[in-house]
Amino acid sequence: MSAHSVTEPSPGRKRVAAALVVAYALITLLPLMWIFATGFKSPPDSIAYPPKIAFEPTLEGYVNLFTTRTRVTPEQLQALPPPDGLAETIVRNRDMVIAGPSKFGERFMNSVIIGFGSTFLSIFLGTLAAYAFSRFRIPLSDDLLFFILSTRMMPPIAVAIPIFLMYRTLGLSDTHLGMILLYTAVNISLAVWLLKGFIDEIPREYEEAALIDGYTRFQAFVKVVLPQAATGIASTAIFCLIFAWNEYAFAVLLTSGTAQTAPPFIPTIIGVGGQDWPAVAAGATLFLLPVLVFTVLLRKHLLRGITFGAVRK
Amino acid sequence: MAEVALKGVTKRFGAVSAVAGMDLTVPDGAFMVVLGPTGAGKTTTLRLVAGLERPDAGEVFIGGRRVTDETPAERDVAMVFQQYSLYPHLTVRENLAFPLKSPLLRTPPAEIARIVGETAEMLRIGHKLDNRATRLSGGEMQRVSIGRALVRRPAVYLMDEPLSSLDAKLRADLRVELKRIHAEIAATLIYVTHDQTEAMTMATHVGVLEAGRLAQVGGPREIYENPVSAHVAARLGQPRINLLPATLFGHGPDRAATIGLRPEHVALDPGGAEGAPAVVTRVERLGDQTRLHLDVAGHALVTLTDPHTDLKTGRAVAVRPRDPLWFDAAGARVT
Repeated sequence: MSAHSVTEPSPGRKRVAAALVVAYALITLLPLMWIFATGFKSPPDSIAYPPKIAFEPTLEGYVNLFTTRTRVTPEQLQALPPPDGLAETIVRNRDMVIAGPSKFGERFMNSVIIGFGSTFLSIFLGTLAAYAFSRFRIPLSDDLLFFILSTRMMPPIAVAIPIFLMYRTLGLSDTHLGMILLYTAVNISLAVWLLKGFIDEIPREYEEAALIDGYTRFQAFVKVVLPQAATGIASTAIFCLIFAWNEYAFAVLLTSGTAQTAPPFIPTIIGVGGQDWPAVAAGATLFLLPVLVFTVLLRKHLLRGITFGAVRK
Repeated sequence: MAEVALKGVTKRFGAVSAVAGMDLTVPDGAFMVVLGPTGAGKTTTLRLVAGLERPDAGEVFIGGRRVTDETPAERDVAMVFQQYSLYPHLTVRENLAFPLKSPLLRTPPAEIARIVGETAEMLRIGHKLDNRATRLSGGEMQRVSIGRALVRRPAVYLMDEPLSSLDAKLRADLRVELKRIHAEIAATLIYVTHDQTEAMTMATHVGVLEAGRLAQVGGPREIYENPVSAHVAARLGQPRINLLPATLFGHGPDRAATIGLRPEHVALDPGGAEGAPAVVTRVERLGDQTRLHLDVAGHALVTLTDPHTDLKTGRAVAVRPRDPLWFDAAGARVT
C-alpha cells in the first residue's frame, strides 16, 4: 500500500470524483449537443422518429436561417440560370429560390449591441457605486444598499405594463437605448452588490499607499483598485451579460422591429413555411456563441488570485 | 526636509480617542522614534501626519505650512506601512517606480531606472526586480516597501515598524543603513517601533506615548536615565525596570510609592550580608549576559550578573538599591 498525504484524496477517490463530474457534464451538455446536431440535419431528419443519431449533415438549416425564400414551379426552376453558390443549390433542391436575406443578422446584432451595451453600463455604474459604498462614509448607506437590492426582490416582469406605458410616452419603445437602460436597471443591483463584496476584500492600504505616493483618489482607484477588482468585474460582467442576452419577456413586449433582439426572433422562424427546426437550432447555436466566447475570454481573470498574499494579515 | 508639528491634535474613532490633544514638534532633520504600548496612538499619529486621517481638533504643520486640510499627495510625505502594502498586480520594479511616476513628480524614464536600480542595490533586492510583488518572502516585501519610500526625497519620511518582520541580521544591517541614509540626506524621519535597540541606536529624539498623549520627549539617553514617569521608564530597558513598593529597602523620599530599579541599579552581595535578603529563583544564561531572577520578600526582581556566575537557584543573597528612580502613587517621578 502506498502512502499518501492526509490532505490529498486517494487516487481511487479522485477517479470516482472525476467520473461523476464527467457524467454530470455529459447529462447537462446533452441538450446542447442535440441542438448543435439538429442545426445540421435536414428538416425530415430533424423530426424523424426514432431520432437519428447518424445523419447526413447539411447546411440547409443555416441557409434557411439567414435567407427568405420563394417557392417556384419546376418549369420556372428549369428556366433559371445554373445556381451560383452552395446556398442557392440547397434552396433549389426544395423547389425554391432565395428571395433575400432574413432578419436574423440584424436581430443578432441588436442582441450584441443591447447585451454588451447594458453589461458595460451596469459594470461602469456598478463599480463606481460599489467603490463609494465600500470606502466612503455615506449617510444611510445600509438603507440605500437595501433599497438597491430590493429592486431585485420581485420579478422584473411584474412591472411590465407600467414600463410599457412609460416607454411609449418617452419614445423609448423599440429602441436600443430603451432596452440598454432597462437591462441596466435590472442588472445594476446585482452588479453593485457583487462588486461591493469584491472591493471590500481589497485592503485599503493599497489606496493609502498610492495616495501617499502622490496620486489622487481617482488615480489610485484606476491604477490600484481596478486591476485588483478585475476578477470580480469579470465574473459580474458574465452574470450581467447572460441576463441581458437571454432576456425574452421584455424583448417580446417592448421590441418589434428596429431593436428586436434574437430571443424573440428565433421562435418566429417556426411558421414561416412550415416547422423549420434545423433553422431554429442553427439560430440557437449561433446565439450561444458570444456568451461562450466572452466567458472563455474572461476565464483567465476568474482563475487568477492576484491579490493573494501581498498584505500581512 | 522640514519640521513637523502637531498642535492640540485630537482624533477619535467612535467613543475611543486614539490621540488626545497632542502637541509634538519634530525638529527639521530629526530622527524621531515614537514608542508606546499597543493602542497608545502611535500609528494614528503617523497617519495624522501623513494625511490619511483628519484630526477632529488641532492643526498639523509641515515645514511651517499648515497642512491640516491637504491631501497626502500635497503634503509630500513618504510612508512605510506596517503591512507592506505592495501593489500586488505590479512587479518589484514597478512598485519602486510607482511613486516616481506619479503626476506630481513625472520623473523621466532614464532617471527612474537609475533611482530604482540604486535603491534596489542598497536594499539587496536587485535580483528580484522582475518578480511579482506577491512572490517575495516577508523580509523582501518589507525591503521593497522601505525602498518605495526611499526612492523619493519627500519633506518627511514616516515609518511604521518597518523592520519588525526581518530576521536579526538583516534588521541590524538595515538599522545601520537607515541611520546612514538619515545622515546623508538630512531627512526628517518619524519612526514607530516597539524595539528598544532601534530606538536607542537610531533616534536623535524619542517620544513616548501613553493613551493618546505624549508622556515625554527627549534624547534616547535622557528618556532612559531621566524618565518622567514609571510608564516612560518601563518603555526602555531590557530586562525591564523593576517596579517595587518604595518601602521594600527602607525609606524613600516623601510621597514615593514605588521604587524603580533598572538592572544596573541593583547591587548584589552573594554573601547575603549587605542589604535586603533575597533568594535566587531562576538563572537565565543568554550567552553575553546572565539574568538573575530574585525573590525579595515575595516580590520578583530581575537583574543582570556576570555571564560566568556560579550562583544557582535557591541560593540566599542580599540586594540593595543604587541610585534608584522614585515614583509617586500615580506613577509620576519623585526627585
